[in-house]
Amino acid sequence: MGHKTTKTMNRKIRLLTLAMLMISSFGWSQKYFTRNADVKFFSEAPAENIEAQNRQVTCVLNTENGEIAFSVQMKGFHFEKALMEEHFNENYVESHKYPKATFAGKIMDFNKVDISKNGTYKVKVEGTMTLHGVEKQMDADGELTIKGEEIIVSSKFDMKIADYNIAIPNAVVDKIAEVIEVSLDATLTKYTKN
Amino acid sequence: MKLFAPILLLTLVSVNAAFAQDDLLGLLEEESNKNPEPEYTYATFKAPRIINGQSVEITSKNELNFVIQHRFGEVGGGAYELWGLDQSTIRFGLEYGIFNWLNIGFGRSSYKKTYDGYLKLKFLRQQRGKHTVPVTVTAFSSMALTTLKWDQPDLPDYFSNRLSFTNQLLIARKFGNAVSVQLSPSFVHRNLVETPQDQNDVFALGVGGRVKITNRMSVNAEYFYQFDGYNKTVTFDAMAIGIDLETGGHVFQFLLTNSKGMIDPYFIADTTGDITKGGIFLGFNINRVFTLKKEEIK
Repeated sequence: MGHKTTKTMNRKIRLLTLAMLMISSFGWSQKYFTRNADVKFFSEAPAENIEAQNRQVTCVLNTENGEIAFSVQMKGFHFEKALMEEHFNENYVESHKYPKATFAGKIMDFNKVDISKNGTYKVKVEGTMTLHGVEKQMDADGELTIKGEEIIVSSKFDMKIADYNIAIPNAVVDKIAEVIEVSLDATLTKYTKN
Repeated sequence: MKLFAPILLLTLVSVNAAFAQDDLLGLLEEESNKNPEPEYTYATFKAPRIINGQSVEITSKNELNFVIQHRFGEVGGGAYELWGLDQSTIRFGLEYGIFNWLNIGFGRSSYKKTYDGYLKLKFLRQQRGKHTVPVTVTAFSSMALTTLKWDQPDLPDYFSNRLSFTNQLLIARKFGNAVSVQLSPSFVHRNLVETPQDQNDVFALGVGGRVKITNRMSVNAEYFYQFDGYNKTVTFDAMAIGIDLETGGHVFQFLLTNSKGMIDPYFIADTTGDITKGGIFLGFNINRVFTLKKEEIK
């Protein structure tokens, strides 16, 4: 009799274990990822407009809780003029010292997003931006689109250069805007660790 | 056996908890370490010349670098010559980026009324990430033509007698952000030399470098050691120290050198300034880059 009880308990435990295993593996697949998100910035100043694009951007979204993170390789920004690129890295963002810019935050109203069916949502993101060694709290409006197996995240926001301790010398003050416009687009697919 | 299941359960629960805490930035870091993008070294030097000699840097595709170079007279001229400022020699030059790895250049020096043309080819870039390459390597090949009135009555004025050639391999490494060092094995051939006892071929090793003082300013130095054998005409090893000042579109290079000539056959093989006798020249190079065609931003 006692022997039988143990057997049922063992079976229950095994079932539970199996369930936990499934939950944990389910947990893994709750992340969406890309290694080539698209980040652009635009600076509009009296003497010159500056535009740059970067595809060396990784992004991950945790669809369990709406947490989202970006990592931007600073040397990945490409400009219309080669000298701009050199000066951007060498003089402004100092990418030898600060090779990456990162953002880690949360989509605030993520609970309204239903990832099981196609749709577009206006969302608000809050988090910490780290650029040029300076951490700063920020928020931005964005759009989240569910399209089949993909989640597309996009946003456009302004950044004040001075907030990140990037100095603009007087000689080029009419060539670089104080506030630059940043736009990002990321097409995320289910993350599988491999 | 009885204990096995609960332990497994506990392990799974704790592993699960760890997953939840696992921060997303850590995951991104891990992913980029797994698949590193090539990371090229930029701006080993600020200009295509360290001082007199070529650096590994070349002008980018579709860009035109306009170079104005001046060397004043000998500092040894004293107050009467305002320490050389009363005289000056000049070189104008243009160099154009056909590709990001190939430049064509052209210049005219007032010194010996010389035209020069050259090709510069960057074939290795210092990088890390996907591949590790410790140095940037550029090949340089030039031809110079002097157009002075022929003053050697006993020699025929052949066009070929006015030519000289220089070939260099420029090997540079940027250490950290501030320090760059370059070796420049050089070979100069003059079709005609001053006396029959002078050698037509001169081998030399250039050593140059810079230290950045600020992001926009550096101190540079270079030396060309001549390996040549016996020459009747006394020449010195070319040396120079200078400061690079970058102001956005311009790079200003202020310098002191013992060489009056600003092109390779002259400073490598024909430097006449004796620094012990005031044979030092103050000078500057101004580099101004014009973008002829912008890169597309998609």
